[in-house]
Amino acid sequence: MDGFVPLNHYLLLSATLFVIGVLGVLLRRNVIVVFMSVEIMLNAVNISLIAFDHYLNNSDGQVFSFMVMCVAAAEVSVGLAIIIAMFRNKPTVNLDEFNILKW
Amino acid sequence: MEHIPAPAIDFVSLAPALILSVFGMLVLFLDLFAGKNKNLLVFASLIGLVLAGVSAFAQSNLPVSSFGGAYIVDHLSVFFTLIFTFSSALTILLSIEYNPRNGIRAGEYYALILFCTVGMIVLSSATDLIMIFLGIEVVSICLYVLAGIKRDDVRSNEASLKYFLLGAFATGFLVYGMALLYGATGTTKLAGIADAIHSGQVNSDTILLLGSVLLIIGFGFKVASVPFHMWAPDVYEGSPSPVTAFMAVGPKAAALVAFYRVFATAIPEVGGSWDTLLMVVAVLTMVIGNLGAIVQTNIKRLLAYSSISHVGYLLIAIIARNSLGGSAIAFYMMAYAFMIFGTFGIVILLGEKDSENLEISNYAGLGVKQPAIALCMTIFMLSLGGMPPFAGFIAKFYILGAAVKEGYIILVVIAVLNSVVSLYYYLKIIVLMYMKESERELNLSITPITLAVVAIAVFGTIEMGLFPDPILQLTQQ
Repeated sequence: MDGFVPLNHYLLLSATLFVIGVLGVLLRRNVIVVFMSVEIMLNAVNISLIAFDHYLNNSDGQVFSFMVMCVAAAEVSVGLAIIIAMFRNKPTVNLDEFNILKW
Repeated sequence: MEHIPAPAIDFVSLAPALILSVFGMLVLFLDLFAGKNKNLLVFASLIGLVLAGVSAFAQSNLPVSSFGGAYIVDHLSVFFTLIFTFSSALTILLSIEYNPRNGIRAGEYYALILFCTVGMIVLSSATDLIMIFLGIEVVSICLYVLAGIKRDDVRSNEASLKYFLLGAFATGFLVYGMALLYGATGTTKLAGIADAIHSGQVNSDTILLLGSVLLIIGFGFKVASVPFHMWAPDVYEGSPSPVTAFMAVGPKAAALVAFYRVFATAIPEVGGSWDTLLMVVAVLTMVIGNLGAIVQTNIKRLLAYSSISHVGYLLIAIIARNSLGGSAIAFYMMAYAFMIFGTFGIVILLGEKDSENLEISNYAGLGVKQPAIALCMTIFMLSLGGMPPFAGFIAKFYILGAAVKEGYIILVVIAVLNSVVSLYYYLKIIVLMYMKESERELNLSITPITLAVVAIAVFGTIEMGLFPDPILQLTQQ
C-alpha cells in the first residue's frame, strides 16, 4: 500500500487542521475551546512530521512527533491547572471577562 | 527500521544542567520537611545555582558536542549559562523578602526557577530543532506556573492564563515551522540544514521559506517582538515582581540565543528574503515598544514596553549575524540583567504590605525622602536609556557596531533615534523623583537583602560601563 497517497495530501490535511486550530484560537471565546484549538494545531504538526518522516525515510520526524506529544501532555496538565485556579477566583470560562489587565 | 546507536555524551560539559536538575528535585523533596519557613529551600537553590555557574567552566577545551551534535557547549553558551545562573540567583534573592510579604508560600517556586534555568541552559546550547523545541517548552511551562504562583490573586491568575494561551499558540507556529524546515531539508540538525541549503538539496523552496517565516513568528512570540508583543505588558504587570524581572532577562536571552543560532548557522543563505522581514520586525519593535512605554502609568507595564524596545535593539545583532553579533547579544544581556534586577529591586523596595505602589506617581518625592534609592533608580534609568558612562551605553554601542560593520546604516540611525525617544520616559521618572512633591506618605519596607541586590546591580551597571573589557573578552573568546 506504500506510496499510494501522495505526500501533498498529508501536507494539505495538516495545513487545513492547523488553520482550523488558528481560527479556533482567534475566534472562539471559551477558554476550554481555545485550549482545544491549540491542541489541534499541535496535532496538525504531528501529521506533517510523520508524513515527512515516511517520505524522507529517516526517523527524526517520529522522534520529533513523540516529543511534541510529550510537551502537549505537559502543557495540558499545566493549562488545566491554570484554568481551574482562575475559575476558583472568578467562576467563568469566557475570555472576554478576563479584563483586569488591559488585554 | 534502522538501528539507533547510543550517542556520545560529554558529561562534564553538561554539568550545569545536570546539577540544576538534581538540585531542583532536591528542593522539591526538602519542601516536604520545610514547613512554613522556606529559608532552607532558598539556601539549597542558591547553592545549586552557584555550583552550576562554577561548573560551567569545568570543561576547558571547548567547543564540545554531545548527543550526536544536537547539543554543543561553546564559549557563547558558557557565558550565557553564567548569565542564567546569575539572574536566577538574583531572582531568588529578591523573592526572599517579597514572597512572605505578598503571600507566596509555595515551595515549588524555587524548584520551578531552577528547572526553568535548566531549560534556558539547554536552549542556549541546542543545535538541533528538537532540542531547541524542548528547551523552549521547559522554559515556557515553568514560566506559566511562575506567573500564576499567587494563586488567590486574580491579576496573577489572569497573567498566567494569558501567557499560557498565547505561549501555547506560539508554540504551535514554532513547531510547525520546524516541521516544515525538517521536511524541506530532511534533517533537524542546524548544521545539516545549512549543508542541505548550501548544496542545493532542498526538497521544496516554498516549504523552506514558509518554515522560516513560521519560525520567525514563533520566536517573535517568545521574545515579545512586535507584532507579537501583546502578551508582554499584561503578563509583566500581573506576575509577582521577582518573576517579572526573571522573565525579562533569562528566558528572553535564551530564546534570543536560539534565534541567533537558527538564523546565523542554519539558514543564513535563505538570506535577503528573511533579512528584510526581520529588519521590519526590528524597527517596528523598537518604535512601538518606545511609543507604548511613553503613555504608561504603571511602572511594570512601562518596563514591559521598554523591554520590548530592547528586544528590537537585540534583533539588530541577529540581523548583523557576524561573530560580533553573538558577543554583542551576550554583553547586552549581561548589562540588561544588572539594570533590570536593580530596577525591580527598587520596585519591590517601594512596595508596602497591602499595596505594591506600582504607579509611576508613587515615585514622586523619592529624591528627598530616600536620596540613596532615588540615586540608584536614576543610574538604572540612565543606563536603560543608553547614557554613558553606564553599562547600557556600551552594550548598545557594541550592537550598533556589529550592524555598522555589515553596512546596516539606516537600521543604526533608527536605533539611535529610538534611543533618544526612550530617554523621554526614563527621564520622566527621574524628574518625578526629584522635582515633585509626594502626594502621600510612603511607608517603605527597606529590607536588607533586596537592598543588597540593588547594590550589586548598581556596582555591575557602573563597572560594566567604565571597565567593559574583562566581560567583553569573556564574550569574544
